[in-house]
Amino acid sequence: MPNSPSDSARRLTVQRRGPLLVEGPVEVELEDGSTVRSDRFRVAVCTCRRSRRFPWCDTSHRDRA
Amino acid sequence: MTAVPGYPAGMSYDHEGPLFPSPRGPVSAGVQGYLLDTGPLPRPETVAAADPYGDDLQLTLYLCYELHYRGLAGVPPEREWDTDLLRTRAALEHRFLTTLRADTPVHDTVEDALGDLLVEPVEGSGVSHFLREEGELWQVREYATHRSLYHLKEADPHAWVLPRLTGRAKAAMAAVEFDEFGGGRADRLHAQLFANLMTDLGLDTTYGRYVDAASAEMLATVNLMSLFGLHRALRGALVGHFAAVEITSSPGSRRLADAMRRTGAGPAAEHFYDEHVEADAVHEQVVRHEVIGGLLEEQPHLAPDVVFGIDATGHVEDRFAARLLEDWRAGRSSLRSPDLSEISHIY
Repeated sequence: MPNSPSDSARRLTVQRRGPLLVEGPVEVELEDGSTVRSDRFRVAVCTCRRSRRFPWCDTSHRDRA
Repeated sequence: MTAVPGYPAGMSYDHEGPLFPSPRGPVSAGVQGYLLDTGPLPRPETVAAADPYGDDLQLTLYLCYELHYRGLAGVPPEREWDTDLLRTRAALEHRFLTTLRADTPVHDTVEDALGDLLVEPVEGSGVSHFLREEGELWQVREYATHRSLYHLKEADPHAWVLPRLTGRAKAAMAAVEFDEFGGGRADRLHAQLFANLMTDLGLDTTYGRYVDAASAEMLATVNLMSLFGLHRALRGALVGHFAAVEITSSPGSRRLADAMRRTGAGPAAEHFYDEHVEADAVHEQVVRHEVIGGLLEEQPHLAPDVVFGIDATGHVEDRFAARLLEDWRAGRSSLRSPDLSEISHIY
């Protein structure tokens, strides 16, 4: 239960194409149990699984022509 | 790669301002003489005859704008608002802007302009592609030498737009700028990260050191930002410009990070581009959705200016890349003064 204004829900922005945008700082637990952290004001989390910097977006989801 | 002995590891500030670069024609010689109180401003017909993309006009604009950043050695800071000089600057800006407007835009809508930037070419032909595939260390150094004109003041021209924005666009723009300025930590300032890259490459990190070496095409890319940043009337173009830079930066930085690794440029050089892969993947989302979205929600009439800013950025960047690759493919230095001692001795 939220007790103070700082407990207000953290907003995630989802898109049909592109990364999940989360208010930073963010800690991500990976499949192997390790964690990585980003303290940027907003963090772009890869959803296409093509990023070479996974779990962070590196714009690999973009169309290629 | 270790630093060249005698050069500072960090970014150095000359408290008297950068030294004057050498004039490149009658207009820059006249403005330099005027600023140093040794002669009159160039005559209007001399200004009117200058090539809008040429060395003389671009260097003069660069000097005029530098008074708004960190000044020039030997010039009183009050000259920033010298009305006669501002009149000459306005004539130069008019020539540059008229030419840019004639050569762009190429897109009809903001969506079209952004859409094209969001598609990655499979067979790219730009500078970052060249450096990743076949660039040599001397070419990496030349690239950093040119780009130092911007990266040592990275995100500075864009800060001028903040008072001209409101609401969603302002909050988002300020957040991105905060990130560019290191999130409150001086050692993470992007300009400082670039100074560290320059140290890896044995280059002099003194602000303004390589203006003499930079091509007119490089000067034009920085003048474009200063022009858009200093004029409230061009705030839409500034925002479009910033979006274009952020959208193209992430994939370009990935290729440049690969180039740094392959040429053994050094850990700080790799870090600068690695940081930009990640940071700009976020920034482009924020700039597109919040800054452009917020601005056009409040002021939809600025849409053509946003398109102009996006397309003009692509135009001056394409000119810079074409010039650089033309020089390199011909086997020659892309620097205007390759005999600059600090650069020549590391070849």
